[in-house]
Amino acid sequence: MKHNFYKITQMKIFWPLVALAVLLLLNLFLLPGFFSIQIKDGHLFGSVIDILNRVMPLLIISLGMTMVIAKEGIDISVGSVLAISGALAAAMMEHTSVWVALLAAVGVGIICGLWNGVLVSVFEIQPMVATLILLTVGRGIAQLITGGQILSIDNSVYQYLGSGFLLGLPFPIFIGAAIFLIMMYLKKRTAMGLFLESIGNNMTASKFAGIQPKKMIILVYTICGVCAAIAGIIVSANVSSADANNAGLWIELDAILAVVIGGTSMRGGRYFLGGTIVGAFFIQTLSTTIYSVGINPQIVMVVKAIVVILVCLFQSQEFRKLFLKFTKKKVSFS
Amino acid sequence: MSSAILLRAEGISKSFPGVKALSNVNFSLRRGEIHSLMGENGAGKSTLIKVLTGVHEKDEGSFYLEGKPISPVSPQDAQRLGISTVYQEINLCENLSVAENIFIGREPKKRGRIDWKEMNCRAERILSERLKINIDVTKILSSYSTAIQQMVAIARAVDISSGVLILDEPTSSLDKNEVKQLFEVMTKLKSEGMGIVFISHFLDQIYEITDRITILRNGEQIGEYVTKEISRSQLVSKMIGREWGKDSNQENKNTRKEVQQVFVSAQNLGRRGMISPLDFTLRKGEILGLAGLLGSGRTEFAKVLFGIEKADQGVLTIDHQQIRNMTPKAAIDKGFSFCPEDRKVEGIVNDLSIRENIILGLQTKRGLFKYIPMNEQREIAQKYIELLNIKTPNMEERIDNLSGGNQQKVILARWLATAPKLLILDEPTRGIDVGSKAEIRKLILDLASQGISILFISAELEEMVACCDRVIVLRDRKKIGELDRTEMSESRIMDMIAEGVPVDET
Repeated sequence: MKHNFYKITQMKIFWPLVALAVLLLLNLFLLPGFFSIQIKDGHLFGSVIDILNRVMPLLIISLGMTMVIAKEGIDISVGSVLAISGALAAAMMEHTSVWVALLAAVGVGIICGLWNGVLVSVFEIQPMVATLILLTVGRGIAQLITGGQILSIDNSVYQYLGSGFLLGLPFPIFIGAAIFLIMMYLKKRTAMGLFLESIGNNMTASKFAGIQPKKMIILVYTICGVCAAIAGIIVSANVSSADANNAGLWIELDAILAVVIGGTSMRGGRYFLGGTIVGAFFIQTLSTTIYSVGINPQIVMVVKAIVVILVCLFQSQEFRKLFLKFTKKKVSFS
Repeated sequence: MSSAILLRAEGISKSFPGVKALSNVNFSLRRGEIHSLMGENGAGKSTLIKVLTGVHEKDEGSFYLEGKPISPVSPQDAQRLGISTVYQEINLCENLSVAENIFIGREPKKRGRIDWKEMNCRAERILSERLKINIDVTKILSSYSTAIQQMVAIARAVDISSGVLILDEPTSSLDKNEVKQLFEVMTKLKSEGMGIVFISHFLDQIYEITDRITILRNGEQIGEYVTKEISRSQLVSKMIGREWGKDSNQENKNTRKEVQQVFVSAQNLGRRGMISPLDFTLRKGEILGLAGLLGSGRTEFAKVLFGIEKADQGVLTIDHQQIRNMTPKAAIDKGFSFCPEDRKVEGIVNDLSIRENIILGLQTKRGLFKYIPMNEQREIAQKYIELLNIKTPNMEERIDNLSGGNQQKVILARWLATAPKLLILDEPTRGIDVGSKAEIRKLILDLASQGISILFISAELEEMVACCDRVIVLRDRKKIGELDRTEMSESRIMDMIAEGVPVDET
């Protein structure tokens, strides 16, 4: 029994889940009515639903990021790609049908991903530097598309993607779930998982085993780009406008954090999609909690930082050992 | 005589999940002796060293250094007590100077700043007085040969603590002269009264340098012997636990039938800076050896053949079909497989399980979207774990928990699972124990008799002569000759490598 418990605590997803549970418990006491869900016009409303809805852009990007990080890479351009995709969709809808606009938005995600992938794999530029290019240039491109203005979107089909309801639930949840399922399929029912983890752990040995790392690298960056583009559609559809400057600002950092909290190592190798989901939920719940508890907005970032530091520390086995030692000593002294 | 005992281990036991790595092992090291720890891979040598130096915690037993009980908790702690270890892979910083490497972390200081003059001076003194080597200590480490780097590691170790020195396979990457140099240093240190634990797989070296041998097998101590009093065959049979028969000189290769059908051939295949253009043919079911010293182009040719490195000239023909633009994937699709020389870097994928490491080759052959279902994966892994006698509690174990010999078998399993037509084996028996060596050699012969072509690279000529049907001899990245079974002998190959007497080809 004890052994089993130990085994569970060793699972990568254990500590992120504990952190999320603690946070939710805190909410239960601090915010009465946090877990209450109301039905209005056949739609579900409540804090939990709100978090589920709001987390989706971050969650989708984090899933893409997980695969990039699994191969020992990083993509810091996702926020810019998100802005480009939203801007392009908004701009195109003024002239063409919503479907063409959607295709173009996803298409631009593919192009951005390919660009990053080729820079990293063919030209062997370090991932941080390679994606930094698009991070800086990307917002400029988005501004060119919007002409420096916030474009408003007035298309009910498009708006539905960000703020519509299906079966009583916000529609973005279904998009996120679909992407998660596709990625799980890629990991568990194709050799993608094996190849990625192999490349992320030992690139040379993977080459010797016949894996084509360059193709895999381009593939994961492309997937990540598409994820960012889809997130861009959801964000712009949700607020019915495309803001080249502020849409998805700093989201790359939250996404990387979600991946790391979820147990995937920045050194590459094993990756955990379920963990990433928990990580993304944790970050979103934390933001929502901080705001709704009424903490002074000026210190919100500090509170967030402290919590994140704590979570990361508890993920480290060394820290847990130290912590246990320390607490044990204290007990024995008293 | 008890005063002469420097280090004593009593009743050491250590278990890992599923494996009893050491059980009740005794070991004693005397002052001024070189003592070898011998055993197959997985016998417990490394574990004993790791427990002794505080890398792992022991379950039972105790260590005594000069009669006082010690229990080091980390390698640094062990070093403070007087036990230092030099590992096979040199743990130094290649981009720092020799002196910096010797004094890193304990630099002599003057007024809070590093006293460079003093440091270089002392480094020079240590190297020249204790190890009898005179080199410029201000040059960066990577400008010296592996042997010198090893010496620097030893210098650092003996300067920190001069009681016990553990050398874990220090010779595996050294050439003959370098080994000689190392042995001189070891003899010198021994005469100063140090106790040296020496681990090596080379029997010649063991007999040349050691005074005593402790043999381990499956985590148990078999016994302690005076080197002069134990014969090679006794030693080997004690290590592998069976009588060492005459099958080391396999003549059974003659039982295989000659097949004339050519599988792979190359004309003028080469790559600038790696291997000069050469011709070669390999028939079905033939074992072709590539003999030559390290750096002679043997590994380079294998890499060109497998498409890891692109050939920049020449023609490669497989099954009468000309192949352009070879890549590892294309090679695998054509039935090639390659067990690389550097197992840790080019072979195993650490993070992955044994099962995943085994199916990796077959999965790449099938492609990204033709996923091998889990139960098929398990069947394949189980089949090869049994076939190759891979010692592991279960197939989901991480591969880096296995011993070197077993890791090598996993890589072999990876390629056998792809049903290869050509198996390129680059030093498949290097750094692994005698028992696994014999098993792998036998496997090679079996595979060839099933019609698989084998390109065999080994530094051990005896092994080549025993296994190969034909040998291509390489020197300085050039093919200098070819010997068939009737002409082949160790001395003949050695002569060709050494003097480069070209052999007339008809």
